[in-house]
Amino acid sequence: MTKFTFPQSIKSRPIYGTLEAREGAAHLLVADAHGAEAILDVATPEMMAKAHIIYIPKGQEFEDRLRALKPASFYSGPSYSAAEPRLHKTLADARMGLQVYLTGTEGLMGQAMNAAMAAGIPHTAIQTEHRGSVARRMQCVHCKGITEDVETDPFVCSHCGLNLFVRDHYSRRLAAYQGVCIDAEDPGNVPESKGIYE
Amino acid sequence: MSGAEKIAVTVTDIVPLNDLVTRFEFKRTDGGLLPTFSGGAHTVVEMHDGESTRLNPYSLMSDPMDQTAYTISVRRDDQGRGGSLYMHTKVAVGDEMVISYPVNLFSLDLRAKKHLFLAGGIGITPFLAQIKQLERFNGHWELHYACRTESLGSYVDELTEHHPNETHIYYDDQKQTINLVNLLEGQPLGTHVYVCGPKGMIEWVRQTAAAEGWPREAIHYEEFLAPQPGKPFEVKLAVSNKVISVGENESLLEAMERAGVDAPYLCRGGACGQCETNVIDYSGNFIHRDHWLDDEEHASGQKIMPCVSRFEGKTLVLDR
Repeated sequence: MTKFTFPQSIKSRPIYGTLEAREGAAHLLVADAHGAEAILDVATPEMMAKAHIIYIPKGQEFEDRLRALKPASFYSGPSYSAAEPRLHKTLADARMGLQVYLTGTEGLMGQAMNAAMAAGIPHTAIQTEHRGSVARRMQCVHCKGITEDVETDPFVCSHCGLNLFVRDHYSRRLAAYQGVCIDAEDPGNVPESKGIYE
Repeated sequence: MSGAEKIAVTVTDIVPLNDLVTRFEFKRTDGGLLPTFSGGAHTVVEMHDGESTRLNPYSLMSDPMDQTAYTISVRRDDQGRGGSLYMHTKVAVGDEMVISYPVNLFSLDLRAKKHLFLAGGIGITPFLAQIKQLERFNGHWELHYACRTESLGSYVDELTEHHPNETHIYYDDQKQTINLVNLLEGQPLGTHVYVCGPKGMIEWVRQTAAAEGWPREAIHYEEFLAPQPGKPFEVKLAVSNKVISVGENESLLEAMERAGVDAPYLCRGGACGQCETNVIDYSGNFIHRDHWLDDEEHASGQKIMPCVSRFEGKTLVLDR
């Protein structure tokens, strides 16, 4: 299942939509893993003629199908960090009328949203669609280290080793959810880890 | 009392710029300082002309940080209800007048990487203050200004002299037109477009920018809407329990004020939404002129903006 209905939550939690093809001078599509399915759903020949796809497969086998859409430009890379210089250069050179589509995991969408906003696009004009893993990009509020692709709650901070509780409190600036020490009062008393939405 | 707070001012300078446009300078009558404002703000000028009182909004065009004086430019409208004619023919240096605190419904979005200004005719005035504001911190801007003729090009000389690289002038009578699609397509990411001028120009820019894929949040516009004269009509005000008649040359809002009803307002130009009024009952046709309500609300017969809209028919009952 690559579509997931997130439970109701607090106001700071991002809400994702469904991509729709919009009029624009150029189209920038950034996706990871199952986000490829959303691109396959939204792509039209007119859009692809002016499209730049930046894709991070994360082990998924969609690359051939994305290339078959014949986008004007296609890039596939091992990680978001690897794709970042290309994304920043694309945004720096872009003109008004560029449409931005982000799809895949929350971590990917949040970080690419940050880059697009910094380039001057209002966040309300950036389209997003969640697909695939519901893992979160987490920031440890204690050591500030980021742990990517967190699937369980609680989890162990990959930087400082604290046991962290997964909160819904989201930072658009960091593109990350907050992780807070769960056993600060009673060290070692850590509930059993389970899936975030279990 | 509704509307923004008032300031008592004295007219300190009147400069005719061309056949249609005259500039007025106001200073505080008590000798104090005026509030600073932000580029794009307007002030509502009170005009007491015999029996009738008009309150017309005019964009402030002076430096927003200059607290010693405000200046506005008024274009004479011979077909209008006489507000601009009053300013042109009855107001003299030394006269005491009342204006409102500045209200801004057309402010710069300072998150923009670049500001693209499109002005038509007297629509240049808010941009003059915005340019002064941006120049203070080296803002990135560009102006495209369309005028009817060289002789009617208010502030063209000043703009081209001080900002030769940012200013682009187009004269209608020389068949010069803004190449809008080309202009919009060439703008770097993060540009915001601002348009002020006649209704047709605003529609043209809004529609073209939307078709070019510009985000709604990056398109800003201000239209100079003055209440238009029309046939007199009667209105029943249910809350105040009054029946008033709206004269040919006054707006519904002005008629309510004349009758002593304290109706809310801010811009008096159909833009801000402050005077939105519920309709309780009606039989006839609304003449909606605002751009606050959407088409559906205009068609519903349930709301009216008394600052610019009128009514023709037998009965109109308002919740005011």
